[in-house]
Amino acid sequence: MQIDLRTVSIQPQRQAFDHLVRRFGDKPASRYQEGSYDIQATENLHYRPTWDPDQLIYDKSITRIVMADWYALKDPRQFYYNTYTLARARQQETTEANFTFVETRGLADMLPEELKQIALKVLVPLRHVAWGANQNNTFVCGYGYAAIFTQACMFHAMDNLGIAQYLSRIGLLLGDTEALDEGKKSWLEGDEWQPLRRYIEDCLVVRDPFELFVAQNLALDGLLYPLIYERIVDGHLSSRGGSAIAMLTQFMSDWHEETRKWIDAVLKTAAAESEHNRSVLQEWTAKWGSRAASALLPVAQLALGADADEAIGEEMAALKARLKKTGIEI
Amino acid sequence: MDMKVAKKKLALKEKYRLLTRDLGWEPTYQNKDEIYPYTKYEGIRIHDWDKWEDPFRLTMDSYWKYQAEKERKFYAIIDAHAQNNGHLHITDARYLSALKIFLQAISPGEYAAGKGFARMGREFPGVGTQVACQMQAIDEIRHAQTQIHALSNYNKFYNGFHAFADARDRMWYCTVPRSFFDDAVSAGPFEFMIAIGFSFEYVLTNLLFVPFMSGAAYNGDMATVTFGFSAQSDEARHMTLGLECIKFMLEQDPANLPIVQGWIDKWFWRGFRVLGLVSTMMDYMLPKRVMSWREAWNIYGIENGTALFRDLARYGIRAPAGWDDAEKAIDHMSHQFMLGLYQWSFGTALHSWIPSDDDMAWLAKKYPDTFDKYYRPRWEHIKKLKAAGTQFANYGLAKLCQTCQLPIVFTEPDDPTRSAQREGEYKGEKYHFCSDGCQHIFENEPEKYIQAWLPMPQLFQDPIGGDLAAWMDWVGLRNGKDNGDFDGSEDQKNFDAWRAMATSNQ
Repeated sequence: MQIDLRTVSIQPQRQAFDHLVRRFGDKPASRYQEGSYDIQATENLHYRPTWDPDQLIYDKSITRIVMADWYALKDPRQFYYNTYTLARARQQETTEANFTFVETRGLADMLPEELKQIALKVLVPLRHVAWGANQNNTFVCGYGYAAIFTQACMFHAMDNLGIAQYLSRIGLLLGDTEALDEGKKSWLEGDEWQPLRRYIEDCLVVRDPFELFVAQNLALDGLLYPLIYERIVDGHLSSRGGSAIAMLTQFMSDWHEETRKWIDAVLKTAAAESEHNRSVLQEWTAKWGSRAASALLPVAQLALGADADEAIGEEMAALKARLKKTGIEI
Repeated sequence: MDMKVAKKKLALKEKYRLLTRDLGWEPTYQNKDEIYPYTKYEGIRIHDWDKWEDPFRLTMDSYWKYQAEKERKFYAIIDAHAQNNGHLHITDARYLSALKIFLQAISPGEYAAGKGFARMGREFPGVGTQVACQMQAIDEIRHAQTQIHALSNYNKFYNGFHAFADARDRMWYCTVPRSFFDDAVSAGPFEFMIAIGFSFEYVLTNLLFVPFMSGAAYNGDMATVTFGFSAQSDEARHMTLGLECIKFMLEQDPANLPIVQGWIDKWFWRGFRVLGLVSTMMDYMLPKRVMSWREAWNIYGIENGTALFRDLARYGIRAPAGWDDAEKAIDHMSHQFMLGLYQWSFGTALHSWIPSDDDMAWLAKKYPDTFDKYYRPRWEHIKKLKAAGTQFANYGLAKLCQTCQLPIVFTEPDDPTRSAQREGEYKGEKYHFCSDGCQHIFENEPEKYIQAWLPMPQLFQDPIGGDLAAWMDWVGLRNGKDNGDFDGSEDQKNFDAWRAMATSNQ
């Protein structure tokens, strides 16, 4: 039997804040809407930045993408700080349990040496790549327009940092601090890594926030995550007896599956806005996509050897198919 | 940090270094000056970013875990607050004016600060500094959102909250905090850190948050207390960052000292002016008062500030230039502000009122040297006008300070009977200031401050054209509901009626 508790019932005077009523009509607003829409100052900005007087403090025109309303770039996950943090807290619990499982059962030591070496060679330098991703997403948050878009970029940047830290822990677990030192040396000097490092450093001087969003989140990570975590770790290494490694990278696989929905939604909305946007996005995705593919090839070879070419080709085809659904063809 | 490492037993500090700083590298394909283009033009010299001491060592997994715990608690409480008509437990509907100021003036600033810290999280060439700034960036997003969510329920029942996003960009008194945060965000990265990280978060934050949150607790506002408490451990991290930042700059090069001192002088005064609104809340708007503004200043201003600047003296830092003028203003400012708010209350999205006899007795006790002598007579006069049916309203346009954007309502530091007004000329144009402090700030960067958007001239431009009703429409102010005297307001009537429903059987 359900009993309705009685509370004093009084008539609300209004349902939502004015700016939300203008957007969504006179009805109660969700917490995502309250926390995301129109909370960045838009009018009567007082001063030009002393660091670049050609810009406004919040400037729509520093990117080539043009949106009538930047708040159209909503996040299908409806992440605001609370929902974001709760989701990640759950995932870190799982990740922690996975690390503990691998550690307590000594699974790392049972790994065939060859697989362990591949994992170290491929995964450890990627912590620097994830740090680069953190830098780029932090930039997009800092200079992008509209809270609804930029807050998600900040969440993404913190995720990138978290991933860089998980990768560091994998290095420590499999090869101690020497593994991190060697990984860094490869990153700085190893031939296999130089195209990728150049890619990241070239991104660090891109100052169009939306181009950077494309170069980092779509072109590079859109190829890197399926290649490294699905194909190499979950596929190649696991099938040879290295599934312990897959336990340690579960966060990355799940994360990529989740975040690509957001990235695709952003691209789809921006591309649908105008032919101009679509052609700019085509230009960027083609340019950065092919660069990312060739930068990842020597990394893929570390694990896949002669099969790397074909693997990259397949990943590129998959990325093109994914892009096509957002209305961008390359 | 609860990272588990199998092999070598790594010290906490070393572990943290590996999980953060060691992620960065010296770029070779691009020039550092192009990757970090804004770190030199302010003149601050940094020789070794590795000397940066991490103010707190928090990895992302711990961050998610701890923050999620706080978030769960926070939303559980505000949900219960909304469900049980928690707003009826506040002492009195006058209290709501403090919340309206907070939502219109402070919450948008949290968001702006987050934006600024995101930029710093990318622009500084040191990983330790970047990570600390990034965490503050995401925290500030949190604060803006938890505040909006906590106050959202009040918006459903009371006036003055509904147009906070419009007010932020258009309302005349909201330009005070807006110009403050715009000023910081348009400054270079090092100045931003002194402005927000040090001056606001470290020197002044206790004067803002402690009185506000204690005020909420004293007045039965569970929702606001909860976001205050929930933000507290974030704030502790932010304060450590602010302090580390200033020490780092000063330790890196002696040539940084005069630049940093100049910023401390500037941002102390900027912050002090913004906080004037807090003085009014403490002395006038809380039905149940925590302490007077003077008492708060003695504790959080003088005691804490003196200790802080004594600590920084070894770097050659002295107390901010405006410190003495601030001290002289303490016993006057809340009264001057409230009188200003009352006379312009037709144009505020919050209510003000004439203090009751009890209130005035309290004010006389707390301000023995100033209230009876200077301010009681003015309130008594206003009271008489109201009783005669000719409520005092100043429809003349306030002259605003070009720097802090407050109406020029203050008196001379050494003569409370004379209004303080400063004037300066730049490129043939005349500019007005409320104080020496604000005039100096202008004169150091005139090209910046002549750009300020001033709300009063806007009144005579499109779409308003000098029409008061059109202006109200433009700022989202509903005449007769959001504005004016509390006495007789809709908020007052509704609150009293609802509370009667909740506490009696009528």
